[in-house]
Amino acid sequence: MTAPTSHRTIIRDGIAVGVATGAYGISFGAISVAAGLSVLQTCALSLLVFTGASQFAFVGVVAAGGAPLSGAVTGLLLGTRNTLYGLRLAPLLGWTGWRRAAAAQLLIDESTAMSVTRESTEEARVGFLSTGLAVFSLWNLATFGGAVAGEALGDPRTYGLDAAVGAAFLALLWPRLRDRDNQLTAVLSVALALALVPVAPAGVPVLAAALVALAVGFATRRDQDATEMPDRDDLPGGGEHE
Amino acid sequence: MIWTAIILTGVGAYLLKLAGLSIPGSVLEHPVVHRVADLIPVALLAALVAVQVFGEGPALTVDARAAGLAAAVLALLLRAPFIVVVLIAALTAAIIRLI
Repeated sequence: MTAPTSHRTIIRDGIAVGVATGAYGISFGAISVAAGLSVLQTCALSLLVFTGASQFAFVGVVAAGGAPLSGAVTGLLLGTRNTLYGLRLAPLLGWTGWRRAAAAQLLIDESTAMSVTRESTEEARVGFLSTGLAVFSLWNLATFGGAVAGEALGDPRTYGLDAAVGAAFLALLWPRLRDRDNQLTAVLSVALALALVPVAPAGVPVLAAALVALAVGFATRRDQDATEMPDRDDLPGGGEHE
Repeated sequence: MIWTAIILTGVGAYLLKLAGLSIPGSVLEHPVVHRVADLIPVALLAALVAVQVFGEGPALTVDARAAGLAAAVLALLLRAPFIVVVLIAALTAAIIRLI
């Protein structure tokens, strides 16, 4: 029998993940301003959307000259995985009413990873809240810092910030590329997007890649539940728990 | 327009999260739904990398950003943390433009 993980340890791990995620926040702030958004708009994205990949996608589409609404749809498509996390976590966290409504904003990769494997509702709640609140505070502070710094830098091209956007997407994608179906999906999506760039309005080539996900999903369906839950070891700062 | 899109994304992202915590699990139990939902981030992120690095308005081009991406791949192979990967890509592109 293993002793229950102490709340102290769970909270410490949550804060560690929050600090590590702050670094993403700085790059998001700088990249968003480089894409042409104001500091206020950048901070609003982090406060309201609060889900990293969706925010990066939004500013990525806008930076490429796409309509803001294409950016919104791309961001929301990326946000659908939070729904799946919620389905898995709901019975474990067991919140209802206003507590559930308040907790929902904190439902992201990191808080899921730090609570989905806990053995009791209490431990899951402590993991979810400590990680969620630490990431929320530091992500928003870091976004503001990154946006102000990005604005002070001036022309983003001088510092290669436009190249940083592609690298940020690749780094978000990288941990998922171990799986063969994911590799196939990535290659087909790149091919389709590049083929569409010269002929479709900006924003459409990225959205069209969702069709690749549909096609590969149907072609490779399996019987088992294949939802990939984020793993604590995949998180920055999340590897040294216990 | 941009503010409308920001608020739309914010409200939508919140509702997607709340839906997960609120609707009964059996509604989305179908394995294909889970497969497609898992693949969507892979597809969109891959397409975003491609468009972001090789797109120049309606044209495709290979410039300093491609070198930045290559440097990012190297950094990822060496297991560098996110912020280091991003910085290395930016620095590489900036240095190439200086030359």
